[in-house]
Amino acid sequence: MTQEKKKGTIQEINGPIVTIRLPGVQNGEQVRIGSLGLYGEVISLEGDEALAQIYESTEMVRPGEPVEGLGHPLSVELGPGLIGGIFDGVQRPLEAMFLKAGDQIPRGLSPLPLDREKLWHFVPSDNLEPNMPIINCARLGVVQETETVEHRIIVPPDIEGELIELAPEGDYNLEETIAQVRDRHGQVHHLKLYHRWPVRKPRPYESRDNGIEPLITGQRILDTFFPLLKGSKCAVPGPFGAGKTVVQHQVARWANADIVIYVGCGERGNELVDVLDSFPKLKDPYTGRPLMDRTLLIANTSNMPVVAREASIYVGITIAEYYRDQGYDVVMLADSTSRWAEALREVSGRLGQMPVEEGYPAYLASRLAAFYERAGRVETMDCGKGSVTLIGAVSPPGGDFSEPVTSHTKEIIQTFWALSKELADARHYPAIDWVDSFSADVGTAAEWWHENIDRGWEKRRAQALAMLARDAELSRIVNLVGPEALSSAQRWVLEGAALVKDGVLQQSALDPVDTFSSPEKQFMLLDLVLTVYDEGAALIELGVPVQELSEMPVLARLRRCKELYDSSQVDQLKAFRDEALSDFKAIHSEYAQRGEQTA
Amino acid sequence: MSAKEYRTASSARGGLLTVADVPNIAFGDRVHIRDQQGNTRNGQVIRSANDEVLIQVFEGTAELDLESTWVRFLDEPVEIALSPEILGRIFNGLGEPRDYRPPIVSNLRRSISAAAFNPAARTYPREFIQTGVSTIDGLNSLVRGQKLPIFSASGLPHNRLAAQIVRQAKLPDDDSRFSVVFAAMGVSYADARFFEEEFASSGVLGNVVMFVNMADDPPVERLTLPRMALTAAEYLAFDLDRHVLVVMTDMTHYAEALREVATAKGDVPARKGYPGYLYSDLAEIYERSGRIKDRHGSITLVPVLSMPSDDITHPIPDLTGYITEGQIVLSRELHNQGIYPPVHISPSLSRLMKDGIGKDFTREDHPHVSNQLYALYARALETRNLASIIGADELSARDRRYLEFADAFEQRFVQQGEDEDRSIDETLNLAWDLLSTFPPQALTRVNETEIAKYHRQSA
Repeated sequence: MTQEKKKGTIQEINGPIVTIRLPGVQNGEQVRIGSLGLYGEVISLEGDEALAQIYESTEMVRPGEPVEGLGHPLSVELGPGLIGGIFDGVQRPLEAMFLKAGDQIPRGLSPLPLDREKLWHFVPSDNLEPNMPIINCARLGVVQETETVEHRIIVPPDIEGELIELAPEGDYNLEETIAQVRDRHGQVHHLKLYHRWPVRKPRPYESRDNGIEPLITGQRILDTFFPLLKGSKCAVPGPFGAGKTVVQHQVARWANADIVIYVGCGERGNELVDVLDSFPKLKDPYTGRPLMDRTLLIANTSNMPVVAREASIYVGITIAEYYRDQGYDVVMLADSTSRWAEALREVSGRLGQMPVEEGYPAYLASRLAAFYERAGRVETMDCGKGSVTLIGAVSPPGGDFSEPVTSHTKEIIQTFWALSKELADARHYPAIDWVDSFSADVGTAAEWWHENIDRGWEKRRAQALAMLARDAELSRIVNLVGPEALSSAQRWVLEGAALVKDGVLQQSALDPVDTFSSPEKQFMLLDLVLTVYDEGAALIELGVPVQELSEMPVLARLRRCKELYDSSQVDQLKAFRDEALSDFKAIHSEYAQRGEQTA
Repeated sequence: MSAKEYRTASSARGGLLTVADVPNIAFGDRVHIRDQQGNTRNGQVIRSANDEVLIQVFEGTAELDLESTWVRFLDEPVEIALSPEILGRIFNGLGEPRDYRPPIVSNLRRSISAAAFNPAARTYPREFIQTGVSTIDGLNSLVRGQKLPIFSASGLPHNRLAAQIVRQAKLPDDDSRFSVVFAAMGVSYADARFFEEEFASSGVLGNVVMFVNMADDPPVERLTLPRMALTAAEYLAFDLDRHVLVVMTDMTHYAEALREVATAKGDVPARKGYPGYLYSDLAEIYERSGRIKDRHGSITLVPVLSMPSDDITHPIPDLTGYITEGQIVLSRELHNQGIYPPVHISPSLSRLMKDGIGKDFTREDHPHVSNQLYALYARALETRNLASIIGADELSARDRRYLEFADAFEQRFVQQGEDEDRSIDETLNLAWDLLSTFPPQALTRVNETEIAKYHRQSA
């Protein structure tokens, strides 16, 4: 079916919103406007006229210039060559554009997202034969995309039927046919190594499944205190300077996911450069290969056109779903969803839609919910399992969590990592507030920890959180009347909470040892600190002064354990614990003797 | 350029002029408007339909009458003429000379609304710039290509600090060519004079390009001024290979001008009447700083903004903080105690510091020392609060040590002379003087090797 391209003209230009006269154009259709051929998307229709939002600057475009309808909605190319790349908000390859056009992004340039020249070594699935029925998302074969990622070539979700022919093992470029499928209408589809999919349409799956295991990020406060399941949704809100970006980068680095998609949505250019610079040099702790081999970046920096920002997170999530359909665990980080919401607001403002809260349109909540709902762990169409875990940064104005984007997001997500300005100001990083944060998945995570790490996990976690809560309460008293008002046991609680904060919660992203903690090390550190606290509490019962305990040299060393022993040195942590215990035992026997003497 | 003039203005409201019955005019086109007296005003097309355009008039629409207003469309975007001759010159927000010297004549003209840098073309900034100011160098280091604003408020010495940075900023062991681009929006005559005299007395005037819009100049010109300045900066940095330091003051006046125009256009307001696109608009400006692959020059941006009512959550500082790579926050409390520069370190931050300091850049102990000072000062401020409630006499010996540290830190580390240019070694040694008032085991953010090497009790 060949479609004739629809032609029309520009009527009016109002910044990124352009009125066009283009009879027969569909809502959501891609258009190219003006003599430069700028890309845009139709967002509303009225008679023969339509409003289009343009992804590029419309400077010096004039009414009367031509418009062309492309006959399809905003779509992405899905196939080998995505991983390791950096794309803009409408999937234009930024590396290729830099080589072709220089430092700045010129208008109207539209190189294809995926390299057409490159040859990929295709290995067909050996369970497929001609004349077999084939379902959508069935695996035709594999291509080794990077050293880490085996790219599974699947039948597009909207095609199924009878397999007529499957190409033999060999090197193919993206445009070569690797399979032919006849659908039930008798139409023959020539399948290639890639296919296209519209970004605003969630890719289908067989059924939803519950999350069963936590995403391990190597960050103690996240994994141990506020766990996130694979396939779950999470928000990271925080005022500027609280460390949202570092948290997101740390998760992108160390999460035990197969694929990581990082969407820089309306954020700083240099932050993406940081990822581009550092990830090829960093090693994936699970595979030992460069991190870039499993990472892909979508970049719409804050100075790039705002309309493409709105599209960027859909481009990201569609690619995430595509790898999910191949049976992978995918993590998508969106930094920041607030900028995406602001792009919505800007467009709705230009359309003259009625603002409801702080200028945001009434559909903000439903759009946010629909976006987050694309995360999840699913049974794929070809009976595999895959997941998309979605972590969205939120940038609330003035750090006020009651603003519309944060509050609507909070209703949708399961895990909430709230960043605190106070902690960041004291350089307590990661500045995740243990009072405001929550995780609805602790129960499920506990099963995994109990089975794989230690049966005491849930108890120890609860003990630490209770101690931190008690610490907050006691600190209020101290701030009113001074520390002298507290009993010895209470002062030991303050000391214990300080040990949890310094020895467990604080974690340096810059320290080569501390930056990643395996689950074993995480539990060991927590257990170590709480053991020391419990021993001390017992001694206080015996009448040992808090002062004496606080000055024990073992406490200062305990605070450094996190950076002295890496994840493979859990045995040394155990040895340290034995040492600490013997120190306490010495004091214990000393006081027990004294007690006997006085008795 | 079209010679045809149109006398079909149909409405004039705020700074906006509507002209009917015109042919297809480009969006963003530059416009000359001749009024009754024969004076020419400047404008730009901000909405263009088939037969009608909306023009933003930079000098405002006061005293225009619709009958005798002549509009000419120049068929070009707002541009700036560029040549090495711009150094040492003073321009207004439209790029016209305001130093009574002839305009720049050059074949090189560039649109001031440059396309965004491709992130793939950037290189990560990591060269430490020594400003000689301890609170910046030691705790919030500036690197080449960074955008680091000064958050100030009325009556605080932000201009003096900005001038000190311009005077002292240098890379250790480096004498490459540098330039300063100074953009002043809505400033008072006193402030403009202050900077001019500063540049003259420190002998850098020949390396400075100034763009000045006074408090009584048309506000709409404040919208083009920073873009003029940055286009000039990009030319100096990426065509002439210079390291450019751009100082912009005061971004609050810029944002207020944007609000004025947005309100006149009828844009939907978001917070405090500022348009929803304030973030994107500010980002267009701030993101023009940086370093580019295979280019020798760089653009380092130090915008100054005053926080209305000292409120850091006001949309202007708030959105700025979300775009820039950190912020230097000035405190009225420190200023009232006579401390210069009154840098409040707790909310101050430099995001690019981590990759520009330490071994091979400044000194190996720098990252940990900075972290340790922050942690101690945070604790010391808590103690100071406590002391104000229960009295200093009630504090334990340990807490009193924190109290003394807070005072020493403010008096010796933060406080310095306006002409005092401290090297990074001096700053770090000073930091160890203060850290050494604590026993080594109280210092958990520095490591044991560093303690052995620098702690006064160990040495």
